[in-house]
Amino acid sequence: MSNDNPAEPQSGVGAEKPQHDEPEVRRQGQPTDPRETPPQESETVIVAVSSAGPAGEPIRAVSPAERKRMNRREMLKLVPVLAVGAFAVTKFRQPLLDEGLHFSDWASGKLFGRHRPAQTFSNRDVVPFDRFPYNFYDVADPGVDLEKWTLTVQGLVQRPGEYKLEQIQALPKFVQNTRHVCVEGWDVIGNFGGTRASDFLQLIGADTGARFLEVECVDGYYESIDMETVLHPQTLFCYEMYGKPLDRGHGAPLRLQMPTKLGYKQAKYLDTIRVTNVLQADKRGYWEDQGYSWYGGL
Amino acid sequence: MATNAAVIKPAEITTTVTVAYEHPWIVRVAHWLGAVSVVVMIGSGLRIFRAFPSFGPKIPQQDFVHIPGQFTIGGWLGGALQWHFTFMWIFVGSGLMYLIYQLVTGHWRQVLFTPRDIKGVWPMARHYFLFGPKPAADAAYNPLQKLAYTSTIFFGVMSTLTGMVLYKPAQFWWLTWLMGGFHLTRIWHFIAMCGFVAFIPGHLIMVALHGWNNFYSMITGWKRDPEYLG
Repeated sequence: MSNDNPAEPQSGVGAEKPQHDEPEVRRQGQPTDPRETPPQESETVIVAVSSAGPAGEPIRAVSPAERKRMNRREMLKLVPVLAVGAFAVTKFRQPLLDEGLHFSDWASGKLFGRHRPAQTFSNRDVVPFDRFPYNFYDVADPGVDLEKWTLTVQGLVQRPGEYKLEQIQALPKFVQNTRHVCVEGWDVIGNFGGTRASDFLQLIGADTGARFLEVECVDGYYESIDMETVLHPQTLFCYEMYGKPLDRGHGAPLRLQMPTKLGYKQAKYLDTIRVTNVLQADKRGYWEDQGYSWYGGL
Repeated sequence: MATNAAVIKPAEITTTVTVAYEHPWIVRVAHWLGAVSVVVMIGSGLRIFRAFPSFGPKIPQQDFVHIPGQFTIGGWLGGALQWHFTFMWIFVGSGLMYLIYQLVTGHWRQVLFTPRDIKGVWPMARHYFLFGPKPAADAAYNPLQKLAYTSTIFFGVMSTLTGMVLYKPAQFWWLTWLMGGFHLTRIWHFIAMCGFVAFIPGHLIMVALHGWNNFYSMITGWKRDPEYLG
């Protein structure tokens, strides 16, 4: 310790007063706290009073044994960091990640505004039809017989059964320019037309107090959506894109279109819908069952 | 500085070491949680980016860069999203913990880079990278350190806000608008990641240069024989 010590407490930025409240800085001549000096070690514990460093760091001169104790005590406070190490253990990793995803989905549901609209765009912003990607998990065209197609309605509804496309199209049509966001990261603004899902749910007498809408598709794809999103005013049973009937690549004759959900939730080639309070563990959604977020909200 | 010299006389007390309490536990916990989570966020983020490594349209797709799989976490897009959506809470949580601590204690004054520090950056960089003379230190952190640490806070806030837009563009519609839309926000999010990628090697080199004792104080808080006491 040299005499030309730069540790003048008044010199540093923000060093007008000792800023660390722990441990306290003792002034010269002030007796050490008897609680910190066990009798049997009173000679070797704190043998010098302290000053503060340039940033107000409390400074102590201690015995090597006391330094070890201080270090150990401080290391114990880092236990929360070690907890993160559980992710390195193979056995715990996937359950922890599932919990993380589950928590994020829960928070997403809490954040969702049931009347908050997703942004809509002018026709100028809509991407040309030939640049709206065809995305499918299996085949671009599962060969739906459009003449004979009906939508099967099941579950907690007053009027289950088979519904023709004309019955759906008889309901008020809504057309919207909205952003379609893929989980991969790309996005396109498209033009979509169809029936509000909430209108159709009214037509079939659905219990809108139920929690989920399950959908099954002609190509074997399947999805489930939270009822809040189904009832959102921009959630459509979509049968038109760019003013023309949905083509086979985009899910003819009927698909889901929800600007508040990611692309993989927007099931195409709808075959069956079911209003339910219970989701089967391995039937939450084609991608969700492989690890994607179930909520998938925007 | 007569007072210190009068108080601490190592020549007389042979069995003592001088230690300075540099980092309170809350800063150390935030540092290590932040360090782990930022690595996970970058690794999983790169795997997510691999699914569509472009900032342009989907049709026609022109890849911006190829990210080798070894630099990524999660194994596939879905796995990477699980890591990203889990560690985002730890990342933001540790960041908030740190920021609140700095605000409450007023210590932010030691770390925040201000226009006054601009002129001190080059001499410090010259010292570290071009073997120039060491500028006199008169504060807790030198201007280069302040620039580095303030930048990481900026990148942390930036990656959080842009991440909120990418995660929930419809719910945070006002933030989406502020960032110039969803599509542009992917670029801001990527730039914030690049900021961390630029910081980390420099930070690690500095830690290596300053040795074990300096590193140890980020674990126990106590630094042995602090250099500023001569």
